[in-house]
Amino acid sequence: MSSMIDPAARYLKSHEWARVEGAEIVVGISDHAQDALSDVVYVELPRVGATLKKGDAFGVVESVKAASDVYMPVGGAITAVNKALEKTPELINKAPYGDGWLIKIAPDNAAELNDLLDATAYGQFLAEEEH
Amino acid sequence: MSEPLIYELSSPGRTGAILPEPDVPEFELPAELLRKELPLPEVSQIDVTRHFTRLSQRNMSIDTTLYPLGSCTMKYNPRINEDVARLQGFAMLHPLQDAKSAQGAMRLMCQLQMFLAEIVGFAAVSLQPAAGAHGELTGILMMRAYHRDRGDHKRTRMLIPDSAHGTNPASSAMAGLQVVEIPSDSRGNVDLDALRAHLDDSVCGLMITNPNTLGMFEEHIEEVVRLVHAAGGLVYGDGANMNALLGIAKPGEIGFDVMQYNLHKTFSTPHGGGGPGSGPVAVAERLADFLPGPIARVKPGSENGDGTNGQPLYEWHMPSKSIGRMRAFWGNFGMLVRAYTYIRVHGEEGLRAVSQNAVLNANYIQARIKHIYPVPQGERHCMHEFVAQGKFADAPGIRALDIAKRLMDYKFHPPTNYFPLIVPEALMIEPTETESKETLDSFVDALLAIAAEARNTPEIVKEAPHTAPMRRLDEVRAAKELVLCCRLDTVG
Repeated sequence: MSSMIDPAARYLKSHEWARVEGAEIVVGISDHAQDALSDVVYVELPRVGATLKKGDAFGVVESVKAASDVYMPVGGAITAVNKALEKTPELINKAPYGDGWLIKIAPDNAAELNDLLDATAYGQFLAEEEH
Repeated sequence: MSEPLIYELSSPGRTGAILPEPDVPEFELPAELLRKELPLPEVSQIDVTRHFTRLSQRNMSIDTTLYPLGSCTMKYNPRINEDVARLQGFAMLHPLQDAKSAQGAMRLMCQLQMFLAEIVGFAAVSLQPAAGAHGELTGILMMRAYHRDRGDHKRTRMLIPDSAHGTNPASSAMAGLQVVEIPSDSRGNVDLDALRAHLDDSVCGLMITNPNTLGMFEEHIEEVVRLVHAAGGLVYGDGANMNALLGIAKPGEIGFDVMQYNLHKTFSTPHGGGGPGSGPVAVAERLADFLPGPIARVKPGSENGDGTNGQPLYEWHMPSKSIGRMRAFWGNFGMLVRAYTYIRVHGEEGLRAVSQNAVLNANYIQARIKHIYPVPQGERHCMHEFVAQGKFADAPGIRALDIAKRLMDYKFHPPTNYFPLIVPEALMIEPTETESKETLDSFVDALLAIAAEARNTPEIVKEAPHTAPMRRLDEVRAAKELVLCCRLDTVG
């Protein structure tokens, strides 16, 4: 079972992706994560303006099967949350790397992004998890 | 399925009961307390009987089928439990009546406390908590109180393996502690290196489920307990899986400090609609003073009788450093009577046989299906339950949910699915001790038949159930569009 991986993003082992867009970093969950969770029915996101550290839980993604915390890939201030998910959380299933994004961050230290897995390494990590 | 609501069966003036003449003086209720409209259903006895009988027939229950709902221990509830709970002396008690007039009930509670302490090797027991997770919260509050009593206020973290029960993190968070998840190793045990890395003087304790939710007995349990104690923490044992250990292993002797029982699992009291739960907590000596109370005990000095008929006098007692009450009155007393009955009927050898057969039955199913269904820990013997996976490499469209639903067409209650979270497409199977080999075989045959269908006629599995009162439910809609109450102005 192979899932899509956005080559432009970097990844956490907990299956969040992070992508640089201008001065901000956009964060979501990977195609693999949405497939494992199955139908997402509710998303809890932080307040815009909140400041969180790398590794902090910033929200919850709840599906018909499970509720999972989602974690900050880098530290920084939350500059935007995806309001569309309130009414249509299924966007995460339909377009995990696009319209299903979760938050945008103004990073304290963008270099923290280099600690994350790149697309190739994440692909290998997924292959190992399968076995 | 079109069974109407009881309100929809209502017809003005229809009645199913004749009230007796009052045997106390009549009293006019104040007018401001009387409602003009009281929208209760007006139905005859036969309508009520048929309505609820029809509903019950659409249900799957332990009285109609194998109910292998892993983690829940859906064992048979012996009828003698009900007989004893209905004895007038138990059933007609009022919780506010004087202790002197409830000595028999208090004696039963004292003896049950003794049995429960003995079975797990602990010093003392409180019967107050009303359910398993309530018992967890009780235990955690005692752990917290213990540290504070020693003047140690920095222990704010609870370590919880990822193979623990899902309620453990919630109970810890409710008690104000920070939850730290500890991963499992490749054999399904607590990863000792990860545990060591998190142990310091900020650890309140470890909350461990043993056997864990993979159905595995922790192979390094003594080392786990030693490490936590060496760091100054306490060890909480989630006793929800005690059905594997009765008469075989005592958590208290392994070094645990506190554990909750689930009487509605291990000791055969009804789950859910059949009656409330009950989650007594057992503790080691050093936590005994923190137990919630009041607790029934023999009044000191009355051991040889100043109650009646040469019996000791029983009294209510509040432990000296008690965390206080966890529940109004005396716990779910009716459940205590049922659990007491179950223990007395089985005795020591009988309880050991319960666990032996629970473990044997689970291993029998595991051995028969593990070549067809992936079982991540299939090279080990399981305890009273095991976790298989509802997925096949050559039937990519089929998931655990499809297999669970299809089992209903074979007239079996589905196993727990998608829990534990650490196993993708989990099917968690717990047959309990009461099933015969013939029943286990027919369940396995159904699982094997479904595995064949998954490859040959996957649409039959995908669209299941076909014969249940309701077809496949829309889980997404059920989670997003909650209808939590019936608007009475829309019925009738």
